[in-house]
Parts: sequence; C-alpha cells; structure tokens
Amino acid sequence: MTDPTPEELLEFRLEARGWLADNMPRQDGDRVVRGDPFQGRLGDAERVRRARQLQRTLFDGGYAGLVFPVQYGGRGLPPEYQQVFAEEAAGYQMPLWLNASTLAIVAPTLLEFGTEEQRQAHIPAILRGEEFWAQLLSEPTGGSDLAGAVTSATRQGDGWILNGAKIWTSGAHLRDFGLCLARTDWAAPKHRGLSVFIVDLRQPGVSVVPIKQANGSSEFCQEFFDQVALADTALVGELNDGWTVASRMLFHERRVVGGASPYAGVVRARGRGRTAERGPEADLIRIAADAGRGADPGTRQLIGEAHVLAIVRRQLVQRVTAGVRCGKLPAAAGSLQKLMTATTSARISSIGLEIAGTSGVVYRPGDDIAARVGRDYLVRQASCIGGGTNEIQRNMISERLLGMPKEPRANEDGPFQEARRTSGPGRR
Amino acid sequence: MEYELSAEQEALREATQRFLNAECPLAVVRELADESPGYRPGLWRTAARLGWTSMLVPEEYGGGSVSGDGLRDLAIIAEECGRMVAPGPLHPVNIVASTIATAGTAEQRSALLPAIAAGETVVSWAFCEPPSRWRAQDVRLTATATDGGFVLRGEKSAVEAAAQSSHLLVTARTEGGLSQFIVPADLPGISVTELKSIDLVRRFGDVRFDDVEVGAATVVGRLGAAEADVEYQLQLALSLQCAEMVGAVDRVFSFTVQEAFNRYSFGRQLASYQALKHRFADMRLWLEACHATATAAIRATQARADNAKELTSVAKAYIGDHGPEIIQDCIQLHGGIGVTWEHDLHLYLRRVTLDRELNGAPAEHRERIAALIGGSET
Repeated sequence: MTDPTPEELLEFRLEARGWLADNMPRQDGDRVVRGDPFQGRLGDAERVRRARQLQRTLFDGGYAGLVFPVQYGGRGLPPEYQQVFAEEAAGYQMPLWLNASTLAIVAPTLLEFGTEEQRQAHIPAILRGEEFWAQLLSEPTGGSDLAGAVTSATRQGDGWILNGAKIWTSGAHLRDFGLCLARTDWAAPKHRGLSVFIVDLRQPGVSVVPIKQANGSSEFCQEFFDQVALADTALVGELNDGWTVASRMLFHERRVVGGASPYAGVVRARGRGRTAERGPEADLIRIAADAGRGADPGTRQLIGEAHVLAIVRRQLVQRVTAGVRCGKLPAAAGSLQKLMTATTSARISSIGLEIAGTSGVVYRPGDDIAARVGRDYLVRQASCIGGGTNEIQRNMISERLLGMPKEPRANEDGPFQEARRTSGPGRR
Repeated sequence: MEYELSAEQEALREATQRFLNAECPLAVVRELADESPGYRPGLWRTAARLGWTSMLVPEEYGGGSVSGDGLRDLAIIAEECGRMVAPGPLHPVNIVASTIATAGTAEQRSALLPAIAAGETVVSWAFCEPPSRWRAQDVRLTATATDGGFVLRGEKSAVEAAAQSSHLLVTARTEGGLSQFIVPADLPGISVTELKSIDLVRRFGDVRFDDVEVGAATVVGRLGAAEADVEYQLQLALSLQCAEMVGAVDRVFSFTVQEAFNRYSFGRQLASYQALKHRFADMRLWLEACHATATAAIRATQARADNAKELTSVAKAYIGDHGPEIIQDCIQLHGGIGVTWEHDLHLYLRRVTLDRELNGAPAEHRERIAALIGGSET
C-alpha cells in the first residue's frame, strides 16, 4: 500500500466534508447529549438503535470501514483516510456505540483469525450497522490476569457447551454477539488451554445483569452462561490457541482506548461525551465562570494545566503511532498511549472538581455541568482500570520497551487445574 | 527528536554528535566552567562550519539549512547540545540572526549575517527586564525619538552572552508600540554586569542603557510594530529550549536505565524491582511526551502556524515541569553518587533547570495558555 499524497488526502477531505454536510446530522448544541446517570441510562436502547442507523448511513455513503478490505464491504484505504474522516466528522453525530468493541476490536480480530465463512458472515454486517458486538474477556474472579479465565467450554458432540461468567461489558443487553475467551483444556498450562468462541448473546442460557457504578450509572454488565450450546464453527483461531487471539484483542483495545486505532471512526474519551477534537477546557472555563473564578490566578493555572495535558496527550498518541508505523517503536508502545490517556483523564477529572468546588458536591437537581464533574470524579479511576490497568501498562512499558526483567509468575507451566486461584465470588 | 528524519538530517545529527564527542566532551565542559566566556571562540567557529549559526541565515549571506526547514534542522543541533550540555550561545545568536534575516535592512544583513554565520561574531537578544519579566507587554525600556535617531533608557536582565556579544538586539517601547534596535554593545552608556549562572558554561549579564544614543539605521523591522517579530523570537527561543531540554533528559534517562541493569542490590538487578520498573515506565512515558510536544512546537514555529504561540507554551509548560522531575528521579535512582560533583548528573540538572526558568517558567506559560483559550489576560 503506498502512502497517499497530500493532494489525494485533500481531495478526499473535501469530498467527505461535502458528504457529511449533506447526509449526517449535527450534534445537538456543543455536547453529545447524555442521559442523567441517576435515571439509569434508560435511553441506551434508543441510542444504540440510532447508532445502527448512523452506521448504515455511513456505509451507504461509502464512509464505513475505510481501512477494511473491499471484499468484506470496506474501502481498502490507508489509515490516513480514516484520520482525515475523523477530523471532518467532528461536530456530527457518529455511531460512537459501535466504535470501540465492534469496529475497532472485534472486526480486526475476525479479519486476522476468523475463517473465511466467519469473515463473510460478520464483517459486512458489522460495517452496515447490523451487528453490535462485545468482547468477553474479563471475569469476576480474574482481575488483570485474563489468561486465568475459568469460564469453560466443554466438548459435546460436534459442538461445545459454555459455562461461566464474564464482566465489564458496556450495554451487554443491547449487544448481539461476543468474542468469548474460555478454557478448553484444564490439564494444559494456563496460556495453552484457552480458546475463543463467537457467542450469540441473544440465545438461551445467556443472562445479563447490569452493574451499578459508584456514580449511580450502569454503564457495565455482567454476563452469565448456563449450558450455552455453541456450534463447532463458533471457534475463532486454533483450538487451545485462544490466548494469541485474546492478546490481539487487547492490543486493539489499547489502541482504541489510547486514541490510536485506525479502525475507529471517531474517538471518544472514556466516560465523557466528547470527540477527540474537543479539549476539556470548554467545560472547565464554563465551570470556572459559573463559580465566579474566571480571573482567579490559581484557577487559570488549573485550566492551563488541563489544556497542556489534553494537547500533549494527543501529540503523544500521534508520535507513538508514527513510531510504530516506521518501526522505531515496538507494537507494545500502545501501552504508552493507554497510560497517557488514563493518567491525563484522571488528572483532568481532579482539576474539574477543584475548579467546581462546592458546586461539584452540593447542587440542585438536574444535569448541571459542575454536578456532572463531581459525579465523574467518583469514577475517576475507571480510566486507569478499564482496558488494562495502569499497573499492567507500566509492566508492559518496563518489560517490553525497556527490556527489564519480567515479573515472576507462579504455576505458569504446570496444569492450570492445579494453579492457585481467587476463591469465591469477586469482582476484580 | 522526530522519528522520521531525512538522510541529510540524520547526517547532520551524526556530524553534531561526532564533533561534540571529539571536541567538547563533558570533561571540556567542566574545564570551561572556570573560563570567563564559557566557550572557546575557536570551537565556536568550528561549530559554525557545522551549521550551528547558519540554519536561519539565507545562503547569500553565508547561511543555508540542510532540509530547507532551518528551524527543524537547528532543533536537531539544539537537542544534541542538550545531550552533551554543550557550551556556546546557540540560542541568542540564532534568534537574532533569524530576525535580522527576515526583518533587517540590507545594510544590517550584510553587516552582520556573514560574520554571524562564520562564527566570527556573537550577538544576543536583550529582552527580559528585571525582575524576571519575559512578556512583551512588560517591556519598559524606552526608545525616545531625537533628531536623526533615538535615545535608549532602561534595563535588561539575564541577557545571554551579554559580555561576549558585539551587538545586542534590544526590544524597546516607542511611541507607537514595540520596536527593536540592533546596536553595538560597546556604545557609550551601555554597561554590562556579569551574573552568576546555575549552568556551568552559559554566561549572562544585566545590561543598563543610560541615555544611549543610536542612529535611525539601527531600527529592525517596522518602528512601533515589532510585536509579531518579538513573539516569533520568543517562539524560537522556546522551541530551542525545549529541544535542548529533551536532549538532556533523554540522555540522562538512557544512562539511568543502563545503571538499573548494571547495579545489583540484595542479590538482584535494580531493574528487576517492580517498584522501580514502574517509575521507569512513568519516566519513559513523560520522556516520549516531551519529545512529542517539543516536535509539535518546533514544527508549528517552523511553519509560522496560527497555533505556534499555543504549542510553544504547551511544550514549555510540559517539558519545564517534567524534564527536571525526570532528572531528579534519575538522581534518586542513582543513590548517593547522584548528588556528587563528580557525577555528570548535576551538569544536566543545571542546564534543564536554567531552561525551565528562562523565557517564562511553566506557570507563566499556563497563564499564557489560559489567556489564549479563555479570554483576556489577567
């Protein structure tokens, strides 16, 4: 694939700009509309339905799956085109719900490991907005140690029977399919007895329970599998080689959460209704003005700091992407992007509360901007946990970028069934 | 440092490294600490032949860049200078050369640029005013029009290489606004007081202008309308500072990582302790971010982009905060040897601390950003 020329990109940019203006709805006001978290996100089903429609509009216009191969409904273009499109799409309603898992993690994983039948069955449907996917990796007892999965798939006749539980899937009750990591050989060492399956989340035996978060919202769910029957054709990748597949899913996840995925149409900062093109300062300036602190030197320092961090985060993401592309950085450098995004987001959340002051903690009913900052602060650490904790990213950076010795691990080579594990229910 | 340099830029980087390793290793920097000018004129002329003074000077005056983007080439040199805590007035000479080349008269260009490019003369920018005022709106030195010229009255502070410079570019307030003058440093009424500096080899002076009479031909650019030139000079200064800090921090981080592999305590490599690995990971991230934001600032300044003011302040605020902190943590990871005169760590901490404070400390740049994005300045 040759690099596009600036002229080609400009031509595409102008085409996209015109098409977006003619076909896509603008965002309402200056924010993506969000529900009041205390109302339990009743509007999610409607928002997902809307996202499917928007995706279909993109597909019909030829702007879905710009970097996906033509034979699966994409355009087969270099990643620069997606970047240009994302820039032009700022300010328009975009199918954000389909972004992270479905388009940026599941679809590239199916491209790499799926059979031809699986790719034909799902990728064009995904690009048309017809399928909404989940990644089913984390488990209630597993924490960061995803390879310690205890959800099991047992051979039965020509197929498999799935039992166990997964956790931290956002809006699972609205999703159609999931890529599920399950143990298929308990006598094999930990990383060599796992396989990945396509699971239809609407089938009998699957139940979904929402998890209420500290800020009162229910963004995530837990899924239970009770004697769920899977066909032999549900296996993705090689039997007992599921860790290879899951590792790629994690790679794609770090890229999308770090803001560097070439597959995502637009990037949304976790937990906040903004596109990548908008910094946090608009909110902070408004909160400072509302609190009567617009001229306070200390507040202005905080606004300046938030802006610096937001800009440098974007610069870091771009630099690392370029470094990986030209081979000067290993793919594991995605951990730099993830850690930067997480720590920046956490710091800006703290800055928001500091500027809001009293109005962030005591407020009238409603969806006041300062109150939202206070509630965001309650789940500040979510960005530093989801998609691989900061501690895991720091292990990756020190071990894979700096070549430092790996953390010692217990029982990695013996049969998994003999390894010590967390007992009882837990959600870590 | 940008990841994708052209072959010519790589060659420039290697030539700069070879020169500094051979002619100006840290042992020489330590010797220069006791010498008055802080650099050797002979070495400066050699450096000039390697492009240190020519990147922002047009070819017809003896200059010329490697890639056509003079500042990006110069930033490569500045970064290597940071890596070696190099001596020499790289920043003020290039800032003044850039303004003479773009805003100076034909006479000013022919009189100064060939000598600057050849390393025969050193010039500096007299901008900051006491105490520590780095903003254009704070300039109080006045230039009052007389018959056929101007009289300069006021004080400048922290002027680099003031005592070594043949000419000073003086930013002054005139009736209509800001103006700049290029004046010989030995005019009657100009007095330089040499200062002590935290850096071993960078020299500074306070400069007084007591009724200094200068001719009309010393005006650089449009009288009373030098705001844009001054702002660009500040962006150049910030770009070069950021490149230099990044080079210094990169070098310190890299030999500290090596130290963590080499040293053992309690029978284990230092690099095997998770508590230390996680600190190295954070430093690795901040360093990469320093590179990213310095590169963006340099590119924006090179392109004279609309957001160059914003991006140079972003880079200065970020690197000015994180650069010295990374070095302090590297000192901590070295243990006791890290706070000795014998170890080179303090040479780097000195240079980066100097760069952090000059041309506006991080807090001043955060205020500059708040004013840019949020409305009027306080």
